[in-house]
Amino acid sequence: MSKNEERIFVKGNEAIARGALAAKCKCFFGYPITPQNDIPEFMSSAMIKAGGDFVQAESEVAAANMLLGAGAAGIRAMTSSSSPGMSLKQEAISYMAGSEVPAVIVNINRGGPGLGDIGPAQGDYYQSTRGGGHGDYRHFTFAPSTVQEAYDVTIRSFDIAFEHRTPVLILGDAILGQMKEPIVPWIPEDVDEEAGRDWAITGKTADREKRLIKSLFLQEGELAGQNKHLQAKYDDWADLAECEQFECEDADLIICAYGSIGRIAKTAVRKFRKQGKKVGLFRPITIYPFPSDDLKALAEQGKRFLTIEHNLGQMVDDVRLAIRTVADSDFYAIYPGNLPTPDELEEPILNSLEGK
Amino acid sequence: MSEMNEKLVFDKPDSVIDRPTHYCPGCHHGIAHRLIGELIDEMNLAEKVLMTTSIGCSVFLYNYLNVDAVEAPHGRAPAVATGVKRARPDHFVFTYQGDGDLASIGMAEIMHAANRGEKMSVIFVNNTVYGMTGGQMAPTTLIGQMTTTTPGGRCQTHEGAPIRMTEIIASLGGVAYAARGSLDSVKNIRKAKKYIKKAFEFQVNEVGFGFVELLSGCPTNWKMTPLQANERIQKDMIPYFPLGVYKDVSEEGGIC
Ligand SMILES: Cc1ncc(C[n+]2csc(CCOP(=O)(O)OP(=O)(O)O)c2C)c(N)n1
Ligand code: SF4
Repeated sequence: MSKNEERIFVKGNEAIARGALAAKCKCFFGYPITPQNDIPEFMSSAMIKAGGDFVQAESEVAAANMLLGAGAAGIRAMTSSSSPGMSLKQEAISYMAGSEVPAVIVNINRGGPGLGDIGPAQGDYYQSTRGGGHGDYRHFTFAPSTVQEAYDVTIRSFDIAFEHRTPVLILGDAILGQMKEPIVPWIPEDVDEEAGRDWAITGKTADREKRLIKSLFLQEGELAGQNKHLQAKYDDWADLAECEQFECEDADLIICAYGSIGRIAKTAVRKFRKQGKKVGLFRPITIYPFPSDDLKALAEQGKRFLTIEHNLGQMVDDVRLAIRTVADSDFYAIYPGNLPTPDELEEPILNSLEGK
Repeated sequence: MSEMNEKLVFDKPDSVIDRPTHYCPGCHHGIAHRLIGELIDEMNLAEKVLMTTSIGCSVFLYNYLNVDAVEAPHGRAPAVATGVKRARPDHFVFTYQGDGDLASIGMAEIMHAANRGEKMSVIFVNNTVYGMTGGQMAPTTLIGQMTTTTPGGRCQTHEGAPIRMTEIIASLGGVAYAARGSLDSVKNIRKAKKYIKKAFEFQVNEVGFGFVELLSGCPTNWKMTPLQANERIQKDMIPYFPLGVYKDVSEEGGIC
């Protein structure tokens, strides 16, 4: 991995697009929806320059199915969207999970349900971590909180997708997507575009059997076998769970928050620390797999928990599952449709700290 | 006659796998598969083919053709195939879709893939009914035709008119070739093969999108014998879905 030390000042959306380019993404399939339009706009020329291709699809349904086709052909490919569009992509994502097609999907979460608004929100947590389409499946999901992290996890998403033959999701929101920050872009040196694709459809030759990418398993026991195989794969991901722990060591109260809210909560933590109040932040970087073991370890130290989300309570389920044998978590909801500030978080944090 | 005197005059194409069929007696899917298999052999495409299969009775096409394949969700084969072709433009990509798949749930995907002029080929099997799910009405079901969801016969004022896909596809800018053939008789099967070959050639020569509709029988859901089904194609289907070439850019000076 090489560092290109030159700093650039870009939006989160553009950082994701640049990250994909650095990871040798060759095909992008998109459909316009705010607040993620910078990604397909950047990709429309970037993919062609990279010797690949860009299609503005007729719908998110089609874009995600194009991604399925390109992934099945063993090519690094990506699509991006925002909440209502993500609902439409779920059909193909379920098929990609079922037929183990690697691909990267970006969701710049906006307010919902329905058409909602175009502001930031975290209402798609369940959809992102539970398998938003039909059937028993999960996909690997990153939830970056800074523009640099968005760049970094995009590069890693492609590796994970191909290493584990899975769709990988990057979940951001309008704050991350639209915010400009300086980043240091880096180019991974060792991307082997042909590696890990001895299953892909590349044209049958005389010296190998034909290859078939499918999710239909009709023979008795066949689907059970496939589901067992998928579940074992998801279980193995537990080791890949990642989190940021900030001021957690001596903290009495741990705030659990991810993505943009994780970052806003960090500002609040800094403020409390200045006042000598022992507050820390636990921020999952992967929300599937969820970093349960790390969180449980904190619970075993006797800490209290407050989960803050820009929704009505979704990740708090995972927090409670992780710590259920030792502790519980308070919950504070920032209603989608409102823009959160660090000041808004002070009162709920103080209440939890004082056990109110 | 001793074995020594027997001479094999008709064999299966190499690209077709030797296995028992799962299709109903008299079903035309098998004939369509064979025509494609013959052309893959004759045009030497086997190592280049990336096939996109769809949903319906033909979902098992990949069990019959000895080529690499990906299975698409219901109706989405043209989008999946777009992804495959854009990812691997040097390969030969085709979809194989029924009328429920292509003309109902997948209407948007086929229209836009055709209009973009994707360099792929589409084989559209029109048997005027949803076969696999048990004989419900399709967008191509003829007026008066009884199906399990039009028990009194399709009525234009209630269900709309049967959709003529080849005519619609031929009207789109990106299309290089569009034709409708039929699998009811040897004569028509031969013609259908020529149409498919032409569509395939347009892809091989990177001209553009090729579309071939094949009028086909579904004796099971039509509640007919295979022979009656062939007669129905001639009597009822061909008059509403006329056979022939609807677009051929080589005769029109090409598309740019
Ligand atoms: C999203 C979705 N809806 C419905 C189905 C169920 N389904 C399976 S086959 C089929 C009809 C296929 O009919 P057609 O395309 O005419 O093909 P045929 O079986 O006649 O060859 C339907 C509706 C499905 N698999 N997926
Ligand atoms: S139901 Fe109809 S289309 Fe399906 S296999 Fe039987 S005859 Fe063929």
